[in-house]
Amino acid sequence: MQQFVNVTLTGLISGSVYAAFALALVLIWRSTRIVNFAQGSMAAATSFIALALIQAGQSYWLALVVALAAGFVLGAVVERVVIRPVEGGPELNAVIVTLGLFIAIQALIAIVFGSSFDSFPAPFGLRGFEVGGTTIALTPNSVYVLVAVLVTMVALVALFRFTRVGLAMRASAFGQEVARLLGVRVGRMLTLGWGLAAVVGSLSGLLIAGGGLVWPAYMDALIVFGFVAAVLGGLDSPVGAVVGGLTIGLALAYVSAYADPALVNLAALAILMVVLLVRPGGLFASSTARRA
Amino acid sequence: MTRPQDTAATRGDELSSDSPTEATVGADAPSSGAGPGRSLLPRNTLLRHLLVLLLCTVGTVVLLEATDPFRNSQLAQLSYYAIAAGGLTVLTGLNGQISLGHGALMAVGAYTTALLLGGDGEPLPLPVVLLASVVTATLVGALVGVAAARLHGPYLAGATLALAVGLPGLALYFRETLGGEQGLPVQAPRAPEWFEAFIGAVSGNSATTTKWLAYVGAMCLLLTFFLLANLVRSRIGRTWRAVRDQEVAAELAGIDLGLWRVLAFVVSAACAGLGGAVLALVVRLAAPSGFTLVLSLALLTAIVIGGLGSLLGVLLGSALLVFLPPFITNLGVDLGLDNTEAAQLAPLVYGVVLVLAMVFAPAGFVGTVRQRWLAARARR
Repeated sequence: MQQFVNVTLTGLISGSVYAAFALALVLIWRSTRIVNFAQGSMAAATSFIALALIQAGQSYWLALVVALAAGFVLGAVVERVVIRPVEGGPELNAVIVTLGLFIAIQALIAIVFGSSFDSFPAPFGLRGFEVGGTTIALTPNSVYVLVAVLVTMVALVALFRFTRVGLAMRASAFGQEVARLLGVRVGRMLTLGWGLAAVVGSLSGLLIAGGGLVWPAYMDALIVFGFVAAVLGGLDSPVGAVVGGLTIGLALAYVSAYADPALVNLAALAILMVVLLVRPGGLFASSTARRA
Repeated sequence: MTRPQDTAATRGDELSSDSPTEATVGADAPSSGAGPGRSLLPRNTLLRHLLVLLLCTVGTVVLLEATDPFRNSQLAQLSYYAIAAGGLTVLTGLNGQISLGHGALMAVGAYTTALLLGGDGEPLPLPVVLLASVVTATLVGALVGVAAARLHGPYLAGATLALAVGLPGLALYFRETLGGEQGLPVQAPRAPEWFEAFIGAVSGNSATTTKWLAYVGAMCLLLTFFLLANLVRSRIGRTWRAVRDQEVAAELAGIDLGLWRVLAFVVSAACAGLGGAVLALVVRLAAPSGFTLVLSLALLTAIVIGGLGSLLGVLLGSALLVFLPPFITNLGVDLGLDNTEAAQLAPLVYGVVLVLAMVFAPAGFVGTVRQRWLAARARR
């Protein structure tokens, strides 16, 4: 029973990070109909920037802010420079471009920061809280992770629901030509969307890294988990991405604890296949058919 | 579908797969024999391909005998890249399906070879081992293909990405049989006597195992490309192109889209399996570290830079995969990078090449040259 509770807690915490990562994928998919396979590498790049600052003696919080800002710039630049030419073109071309970015950024990290394993500090303690004499798998750091993801989600909802910029971004995602007719600078909104998504992606990269090891490819598995979570939720729905992320987190934690850790990636593949074959639109799709 | 080209960017998600894409132009141009009768090659497709096969066989023997053992092993490397990428280019170029899982399918072929050659007692004959690897990869490919037939674009890329990341986990789970992280060593078969006699008669070089494996790779490559070239020019190839370009029209013409997509995946999986088997023989090891995502993306780079759907492009792209990394790694070391950093220059170049190719020349090398040539001919 105690093990079950601990595994569930671990699953929920990693699930919340997957949810944030999936949310970043959904943000980009909604506005440009592109799945950004480079998102994991971009997030890894920003967490290496943060690590370099921390190793130079700066505080975690300064490093966090700088990394998120770097993420925003990286996302915006990537959209403007290499995504813009293939936007709206054949879907295969956009897929190949993001894959190219994925491998190029990862290699660049290895060249600049080295390809060894580095430990990434956590801002809060990693010792579990004690409840009734037993230590549970909930640490101050995991509370921080949960709070950070929650704050991000609330901020995004507020942005899209209550601000003019959010409205303009939704309009550009919904119908580019109509939005353009109404005076929305669609190009800017798309760049902003990519920047915001990269910020959310970078945050999830930093949260995963905290208290663990980082190496240039440490986000490879996360891009798969995030994609599975996003598809589970239908790729179009932010709420779906969150629920999908938590579901994947729990499922993978159970597989890792009760079967074998080597099977976690295969389990993600199996879940993805079942979802795509049984409910191609995801669990939260409003339309009956997948729009892609 | 008569909208002008410059509104393409605003078409958003209504853009579908029913417009032929520029990227696959390399797969569509007629082969030389179908031109206006100026070619010296025979008109009949099979005859023409047989003639090219013969010429290439002679060329391969000359090439392998004129080069040193190091070049021989590099050419063996080229052959396994090209075999797997040949299958991938048929899948992506002709049928419009992308796959990042071909590295994993190569792993299936490689592990089959390692298991069949690793047993005690007399090992099975090499052709049987290679055939078994192809069959295993084909079965796995059929399984994946059934799922993949219903997906396209980013969905398919994501699903096959999950395959590439997930499948090596099996090697870790079945540690006893598959060797876990260390992998399985492969006992490379010795060259048979007739091969030693043949090499002795042709050039007088010593018939080493390296040379034998280079010949095995080259033979597999020639056979694969001969079969693929015929397939591409046949009714099957035309049907694949129809499925890629005009889903609705193809369906109206009585083509079962799903079935043909599965078939394309199965054919390319068979090639990946053979490529993996040759890889296992040449590298003499089947381990998870040999089949990372970088391998799948390298194959994708090879077919994109050569031109999607073009077998000639695959040869160029595979040559790039083999000969570029040593060159730029040395360049990196000369510029002051240490060895591990310099080793990362190759994936960096793959990535940059993928992006640049898609932005500036989506048709790849062969496709772009063909477009220019056709345009020049049309002006005359």
